[in-house]
Amino acid sequence: MDELLELLKRNALETPENLGKMLGLNADEVRKRIAEYEERGVIRGYQAVINEDVLALDRVNAVIEVKITPERHGGFDRIARRICKFPEVQSAYLMSGAYDLLLFVSGRNLKEVATFVSEKLATIEGVVSTATHFMLKTYKQHGLMMEGEDEYERLKVSP
Amino acid sequence: MSMRGLRSRRSRVAEHVLRIPRSGIRDFFDIVSQRQDVISLSIGEPDFDAPWHVREAAIFALEKGATHYTSNRGLLRLREAVSRYVERNFALQYDPETEILVTVGVSEAVDLALRAILSPGDEVIYHEPAYVSYAPLTAIAHGRPRPVVTRMEDEFRLRPEAIRRQLSERTQALLLNFPNNPTGAELSADDLRGIARVAEEEDLIIITDEIYAELTYDQAHTTIASLPGMKQRAIFLHGFSKGWAMTGFRIGYACGPAELIEAMMKIHQYSMLCAPVLAQEAAIGALLDGLDDVEQMRNEYRRRRNFLLRSFAQMGLRCVVPRGAFYSFPYVGELGLSSRDFALRLLEEESVAVVPGTAFGTCGEGFVRCAFATAMEEIEEATERMGAFVARYRKAGA
Repeated sequence: MDELLELLKRNALETPENLGKMLGLNADEVRKRIAEYEERGVIRGYQAVINEDVLALDRVNAVIEVKITPERHGGFDRIARRICKFPEVQSAYLMSGAYDLLLFVSGRNLKEVATFVSEKLATIEGVVSTATHFMLKTYKQHGLMMEGEDEYERLKVSP
Repeated sequence: MSMRGLRSRRSRVAEHVLRIPRSGIRDFFDIVSQRQDVISLSIGEPDFDAPWHVREAAIFALEKGATHYTSNRGLLRLREAVSRYVERNFALQYDPETEILVTVGVSEAVDLALRAILSPGDEVIYHEPAYVSYAPLTAIAHGRPRPVVTRMEDEFRLRPEAIRRQLSERTQALLLNFPNNPTGAELSADDLRGIARVAEEEDLIIITDEIYAELTYDQAHTTIASLPGMKQRAIFLHGFSKGWAMTGFRIGYACGPAELIEAMMKIHQYSMLCAPVLAQEAAIGALLDGLDDVEQMRNEYRRRRNFLLRSFAQMGLRCVVPRGAFYSFPYVGELGLSSRDFALRLLEEESVAVVPGTAFGTCGEGFVRCAFATAMEEIEEATERMGAFVARYRKAGA
């Protein structure tokens, strides 16, 4: 992957000036390349990684395994896209193995998610079965640990 | 008066040890330690913790009961892994049985090498600015250190002619450290050939400290030991502290002709017995599973280097491009301050710690060492403060 993308993945708030200094470009070149990535749809957006556990939001997050019947034309895509339209669905992946789609779903409470599954998801034509797992605690997401560890002491000067 | 009486007037500390000056870095460390909230560019070790693969290898070994002595030479599994690694990366073939010794970091290996080859009064040529231990360790081994000055105008490369000027009847060895601490300098292929020619003609042993070999940013590192005719006279020293961020493990190795490795092993077996077994197990993990981590760290250092260089340019400071290691050595002499005063006032006024160039030899006057083994955010903040400091002193001087 382009080094610029790697750096943005790590910290999207880094200024074009600083990014340029790291990569040996000037700030305008960096802005231009970011704009191109946005235009091409490589960069789809910028978000903060939030540890919701700290906020005590009373929201629930669930992972749902979905089996679907592929269609003659388009395979899984049409049904997958249809499922993705629901705002409850945060992420969706086509999987190999025992089921077809893996959904990350979020809702205000257990009941809301359960209702979504039984009334919206399971009733879609082509959905064969679902298995819902509720998340209890987040340890790591997007490569970041959710609880910081105390740093081990390092000397301030060394040869 | 008895002969014992005469003796009692002598110092209790050996004379050659008394003569060794206090380390300039230690001096500065004492001042910095008293300060809170200092952003430090004065740390000569990676800010990364050792890669998880490495730590996990040590934990696994400990669980299995790896708490015993190993062979004096080190675990054979480690020596075999080192042999493969050195062959693949440096085009050098060493026999794990007789030509490799596992040591407590390169620091111990330098000490062993010098003690193994120096008779009292023998001379060692090394280049300055240099890592702080070469001259003292030479003196401790009853040898005489002979520094050769390298200059900013030459990109701190070591010139064969400069070596020739320091040769004497007693010159036994040439001690090299490229990529270099504190300048980040590398040698060109021409330099290497020229130095090899001097070593050949003058029959010198080459001790080459290659601890930064993985950390080069513009092209892969070539060791002098791999040049034709050099392997038989070179002691190749390497370790895991820098490339793999394993400083606290204290683990390194020496590769060289069996005769020299055997002599070093003789000293090592009585003074150290063996390198700690957990560090050896961690090192095996580093060679088997840690290479991707090295790559990632190198890429991060490269970005930080670029950032620092650009920042120095904006401040109007001259700085040779560091081709390797994680140090930059900008020239601050135009500001009318000595290296030491620059470092002290920068610490006092902006809470940024850098090391005065004089800690690495008198020819380091006018320079400071800024390490980029510190997180990017800290480097950003440190350069901003340093920029303000430099601008202030420029204005005062103008």
